Amino acid sequence: MDRREFLLRSAAVAAGGLAGCMPAVSIPTASASPAPPAEAGTRELVMRALDAARSAGARYADVRVSRNRNQAVSTRERQITGLADNETQGLGVRVLVDGTWGFAASREMTRVETERVAREAVAQARASRVAQRRPVELAPVERYPDAQWTSPIRTDPFSVSVEDKVGLLLAANEAALGIKGARFVNSSMFFLREDKTFASTEGTYTTQTIFRSLPRVTVTAVAPDGSDFQTRISTDVQPMGLGYEHVVNARLVENAPRWAEDAVQKLSAAPVTPGRYDLVLLPSHLWLTIHESIAHPTELDRVLGYEANYAGTSFIYPIEKYLGKFRYGPAFMNIQGERSSPGGLSSVGWDDEGVKPRDYLIVKDGILHDLQTTREQAPLLADWYRQTGQPVRSHGNSYAQSWADVQFQRMPNVNLLPHPERDVPLDELIGGVKNGILIDGEGSFSIDQQRFNAQFGGQVFYEIRNGKRGRMLKDVAYQIRTPEFWNSMDLIGGKSTYFMGGAFNDGKGQPSQSNAVSHGCPPSRHRGVEVINTGRSA
Amino acid sequence: MADTRFFSREEAQALAERVLRLSSAEDVRVNVQSGVEGNTRFATNQISTAADVSNASVVITSAFGRRVASATTNRFDDESLRRVVQTSEQLARLVPEDPEYLGELATQQYPESRGFFESTAGLSPEARARAVTAIATPSQARGLISTGFLTFQVGSQAVATKRGSFAYSPGTLANLTTTVRTPDGTGSGWAGVGAHDWTQIDPAELAERAIRKAELSRNPKAVEPGKWTVILEPTAVANLVGLMMGSLGARQADEGRSYFARAGGGNRIGEKFLNPRVTIYSDPADQRLYTAPFNGEGLPNRRMLWVEKGVLRNLVYTRFWAQKNNLNPSGFPGGFYMEGGNSSVDQMIASTRRGLLVTRLWYIRPVDPRTILFTGLTRDGTFLIENGRITGAVKNLRWNESPIFMLNNLEMMGPPTRVSPSESGETSSAVIVPALKVRDFTFTSVSDAV
Repeated sequence: MDRREFLLRSAAVAAGGLAGCMPAVSIPTASASPAPPAEAGTRELVMRALDAARSAGARYADVRVSRNRNQAVSTRERQITGLADNETQGLGVRVLVDGTWGFAASREMTRVETERVAREAVAQARASRVAQRRPVELAPVERYPDAQWTSPIRTDPFSVSVEDKVGLLLAANEAALGIKGARFVNSSMFFLREDKTFASTEGTYTTQTIFRSLPRVTVTAVAPDGSDFQTRISTDVQPMGLGYEHVVNARLVENAPRWAEDAVQKLSAAPVTPGRYDLVLLPSHLWLTIHESIAHPTELDRVLGYEANYAGTSFIYPIEKYLGKFRYGPAFMNIQGERSSPGGLSSVGWDDEGVKPRDYLIVKDGILHDLQTTREQAPLLADWYRQTGQPVRSHGNSYAQSWADVQFQRMPNVNLLPHPERDVPLDELIGGVKNGILIDGEGSFSIDQQRFNAQFGGQVFYEIRNGKRGRMLKDVAYQIRTPEFWNSMDLIGGKSTYFMGGAFNDGKGQPSQSNAVSHGCPPSRHRGVEVINTGRSA
Repeated sequence: MADTRFFSREEAQALAERVLRLSSAEDVRVNVQSGVEGNTRFATNQISTAADVSNASVVITSAFGRRVASATTNRFDDESLRRVVQTSEQLARLVPEDPEYLGELATQQYPESRGFFESTAGLSPEARARAVTAIATPSQARGLISTGFLTFQVGSQAVATKRGSFAYSPGTLANLTTTVRTPDGTGSGWAGVGAHDWTQIDPAELAERAIRKAELSRNPKAVEPGKWTVILEPTAVANLVGLMMGSLGARQADEGRSYFARAGGGNRIGEKFLNPRVTIYSDPADQRLYTAPFNGEGLPNRRMLWVEKGVLRNLVYTRFWAQKNNLNPSGFPGGFYMEGGNSSVDQMIASTRRGLLVTRLWYIRPVDPRTILFTGLTRDGTFLIENGRITGAVKNLRWNESPIFMLNNLEMMGPPTRVSPSESGETSSAVIVPALKVRDFTFTSVSDAV
């Protein structure tokens, strides 16, 4: 949702959306207009902004010019409900003056406005200096004077006709409605293209083109007597940093009947009996548990208290008691941060402060090994890096959702790597469970502000009895305490079971910014996890 | 002097007319927004970032018969406007008919536009830094660590249609929230408030509240989860009641996929579903709510009585669903007012033998739409009440609860007050709710998070 629509915004919308109550065409989204901004013009403006910032007193400045284009197509049953294209373009300038940050941005990309924005950023920094207690220092960075990167797509989603997109969604809807009991189907596609130029006073100049795609189908089944309704979301198709080929590969029409059958079957599924169960979590579900209980608490700005007022802090505190010491999970557990995997939502060539990200291990052989950093943050871990013989450099985890937002630390793709020793199949995980539950797809999710206590639902749940998958269950949610949960993991799948899920709209920061991020993982098995029944009668 | 940071009525109208002149569609709507958003963030008792962002956008919705699409741009030169009009028209010609498209609105009568305050419009980076200092300095003096977010917006929005309607409204919003923590990490207190008028926000008072809670919340003890009598401060009440307000869609109810669906068909309008002391409404004429005069379609907002003495009086009807049911569309006027009572939080505490006092709620996510059941946690100030007084801090708790159950288990109500209702501390339409004392609030586990 566009934050600028503030006068239209209601508390209800802020509290989670008023689905179906807003005009369908108000979906925020981007224009299929051609050609990105002329390169020469952009370079001139960017250099002008850097010069203006320096002249006004900035010791360091960086400029981002970006154009975000997106397209959203939505349907229900046999009709279209929305088609919107959106583009937003502008320039943001960030400066450091005497160790204090300032930021300003404008949609107007004229010479005069660019210089005004640069001076405004410096004025922001000057005004904010009064409360300074510790000046910002930046880790060194390599210089990339002319670098380019593009998401590895095969088909530009903006080159595919709207007729084809709508046709595919309506065909998927029809396939779902062919299943008896499936009463409603909502389906949608969302595409993003961002053309981003970054330049800094340290001599880096990068241009990148980033694509993201998400097709989605949700089927709702309603009990004949109106006593119940259940939905199934197509969570085995995840958002990716890919092009239209991702939509084609999702095989929506072929898969829709299965999602519809799941929704119908959920109506008569057995309510779960609360208690402790062994859980087998498929990657379509597990990615979100990794996101919440590993990727977020290992953000260094949270650890340091910078996000205490909203996103929260971290149970990883104080750092020196955790880095190199804290056992996150068993020895086969390795957590990787990266922005290089093809199709990963966070994958880029350079981050939003010109750092080339490298792959790194956050958890190594089960022990907490590193934290997510930007240039401002890496020096704060200098002692640890010296102890372990690593250079003091940013991991390249800086990101801003658009030109209008200041960049800050955001998670890279954070992955649970497959079993290091052998290619463990899913059947082996299930085969070792006497009394358990198999969970497929992400569902309800909530975690506390230090990432200890979490509760997760799912899309579909199956009983596991004596090593075999059994009947479907419903109203399942499990509650965890992060350290115990990951240490209860006794087996994970091998490399052939690895799958990448992801979040399109991970919120953090004030004002809240959306980050898109992937989490690759194999299935996992956890012993003795607390399961509750979420069904209540009204 | 005119504020150059957002479009005046004349400028918005001129821009809309430029777009309309470029259009060849049968039906057209133009939404114009413009303004500046500024913010100052602080952490560890110092400002961490500060920003001013200037933006504007035009959304054009083009329709040929019932084929409709929209496109948006923030470039307003002739070529960009021509291109965005063409994009929306090309897309509209390609899509299938939307059988629910009712066409755009002709001339409407709008309620008075309220909610623009110079005090907020003129909030400079220096004034923001002073507000932060009013929190950071006393926090530092007490050996505590303050973090927070001050944000404001000044701007305007307009809606114009080819059929002749034009609506314009300028507005301002501000919001200030702070979380103060103890250096040992065992205590945390929050305070925050939203306003259209910056002079209604008192940073020093917020600081005092957050500091007091941080100090009181040190070294919390665990209590058993289960059913508890709770006193919810107004922010926590807004967090929960907002969930119910977000579930008021008439169509979902009529389609059988909402709490408000009636078994056997239809919806629950007219049914008593909450405690008879619960009344909730939205009203553009209410001086406290500063409701926007119109919605994104250019439909005038009007008084909507959602709940009256526990009875469901209205659901949210879109234009299509209203027409199908032979009713007037409700719109959803921004913000709402929940009536309260005369009990202060202190009186609620004094009347409680054993219960919990809750400051705010966090990570609120849906669990079961059939009962509007959500889960989340308490945060930044959760206290044990024994024999009529606060006896200590307790560890935060995960809850699984529905505002429906909560508003049936009502015991006491305080005077309504404006809050900062979003978890993220963003600006928001006015939400005015009372503190509540309710019984049998369901907690399912303990959290070690401070």
